[in-house]
Amino acid sequence: MKVLVPVKRVVDANVKVRVKADNTNVDTTNLKMALNPFCEIAVEEAVRLKEAGIAAEVVVVSVGAKAVQEQLRTAMALGADRAIHIETDEDLVPLSIAKLLKAVQEKEQAQLILFGKQSIDGDNNQTGQMLAALTDMPQATFASEVKLDGDKATVTREIDGGLQTLSMPLPAIVTVDLRLNEPRYASLPNIMKAKRKPLETIAVADLGVSLKAHQTVLKVTPPVDRKAGILVSSVEELVEKLKNEAKVI
Amino acid sequence: MAILVLAEHDNVSLKTDTAKVVSAATAIGGDVHVLVAGHDCAAAVTAAQSLAGVSKVLVADSAEYSAQLAENVSKLVVELAADYEHVLAAATSVGKDTLPRVAALLDVSQISEVIEVLSSDTFVRPIYAGNALATVQSLDAKKVMTVRSSAFDAAASTGSAEAVNLTLSIAARTDFVSQALTESARPELGNAGIIVSGGRGMGSGENFAILEQLADKLGAAVGASRAAVDAGFVPNDLQVGQTGKIVAPDLYIAVGISGAIQHLAGMKDSKVIVAINKDPEAPIFQVADYGLVADLFEAVPALNGLV
Ligand SMILES: Cc1cc2nc3c(=O)[nH]c(=O)nc-3n(C[C@H](O)[C@H](O)[C@H](O)COP(=O)(O)OP(=O)(O)OC[C@H]3O[C@@H](n4cnc5c(N)ncnc54)[C@H](O)[C@@H]3O)c2cc1C
Repeated sequence: MKVLVPVKRVVDANVKVRVKADNTNVDTTNLKMALNPFCEIAVEEAVRLKEAGIAAEVVVVSVGAKAVQEQLRTAMALGADRAIHIETDEDLVPLSIAKLLKAVQEKEQAQLILFGKQSIDGDNNQTGQMLAALTDMPQATFASEVKLDGDKATVTREIDGGLQTLSMPLPAIVTVDLRLNEPRYASLPNIMKAKRKPLETIAVADLGVSLKAHQTVLKVTPPVDRKAGILVSSVEELVEKLKNEAKVI
Repeated sequence: MAILVLAEHDNVSLKTDTAKVVSAATAIGGDVHVLVAGHDCAAAVTAAQSLAGVSKVLVADSAEYSAQLAENVSKLVVELAADYEHVLAAATSVGKDTLPRVAALLDVSQISEVIEVLSSDTFVRPIYAGNALATVQSLDAKKVMTVRSSAFDAAASTGSAEAVNLTLSIAARTDFVSQALTESARPELGNAGIIVSGGRGMGSGENFAILEQLADKLGAAVGASRAAVDAGFVPNDLQVGQTGKIVAPDLYIAVGISGAIQHLAGMKDSKVIVAINKDPEAPIFQVADYGLVADLFEAVPALNGLV
């Protein structure tokens, strides 16, 4: 069984981004970049399926500029077998990404496609569901447990009220949540080995997918800052302030 | 043209999120219809009919929709979409699951987590864990969007919309197996006026008892940081943050929470924030209106004695 894992390069989760002075976008120059944490969990899950003898091959794919190859190498250092880079310098919306991934899936015919549930830059939470729609596959989003049995997947999902378990025939799409697993650290030998694993680059134009513009970002602004608060010196003072100043209790 | 709102419900009760999405729909302007897709969901339909600003409630009552799966509910919405220029749902686990499928089938982009409606095609949404706000203009003929409920007030229950039954029953290949919902007599995080949240500093699940006591005294909901959930102190549905629940209560009390970007993303729009932390350098103090540098195991019991 083949597992396909689409991954994204994002600003590292520990970095606080700032908005550009001209309000056109956030300023990402010289910021530390990383594999999106949710994508990392998806890669880890795929690699564990391979280690358990359930998956035969783990293929990672990323859409973006040349720099995404760095994250594809990271994914291969974690254990993915090969990588596909769909090259574009354009900033594409999730629907366009999903259309490109559909073309990849048509060629790869993976039985399971594992996604991170959202990327921590755009916070869209769309791409997996959109690819599921375009390929008419069943889906399980926000997975905290994935079990495969023959051609069936049973997935426990983190939903607003608790946990929900669904089962579905493969091929299927699963988007993963934080508590599915704890990704390993890539060892130095594996990082070296990843440099020699196959990485294929395909230009967007060569996939024969027609994309269109769906939205214009008119501006990007910083959120309104909260006004500075005060430190209280005792629990008594806190209660007094909450009662008489803030009037919230 | 009209606006379709996908209702959030459990077949019995309608979630307040839907009343909030209806407010967002009203801000866009136009005829607002609500779709209730479920099974034996008459009570949820009645609640939807009473939402102010709604003119029609479409009812798809079928065993196929009992678990409200994205796979077939998205197809149902697409069948109805010809009559609508906007399709809205709450940015809840159901809305986030279903709506991107609707958008892709309609070949339009989705605008996620809208917090402000500027016009019928221009919306504001947070990106980068709320560290930036993007103003986005949709170029698509149909606008499909999820709405962040914490940013809108609930529509009143003074309406009387007509209900129209649909006969469209679409099957899914996905099977519902089971569900384990957290039972609690406390208010839901999304609707609570006050939230008492605990972090890794709580040390254990048992220690959450002092926070629960505080919550009960204040009529509050209990929340948590990711670290507290990951450590198994409390269930996943209590997580507040970029990837958990986004809340904006009148009062948010953060106890033993450091204030990581991802946690702040879920609560920094609260009206009043209180932080109790023994580390004066903790970033949570930068967003707190009232900060108390103290050991929580002394401060919280003392607080319980005073409120
Ligand atoms: C992709 C991604 C998504 C994430 N999503 C979320 C999310 O949705 N929500 C979320 O919360 N986090 C999220 N996180 C995790 C986040 O980065 C932090 O790790 C997490 O919020 C830390 O939780 P904490 O503040 O409870 O723990 P810590 O950072 O460990 O803080 C514990 C605090 O407790 C204080 N403390 C300890 N003992 C006491 C005591 N006795 N009295 C008083 N104070 C005490 C300490 O001083 C410290 O400040 C995410 C991270 C990533 C990478």
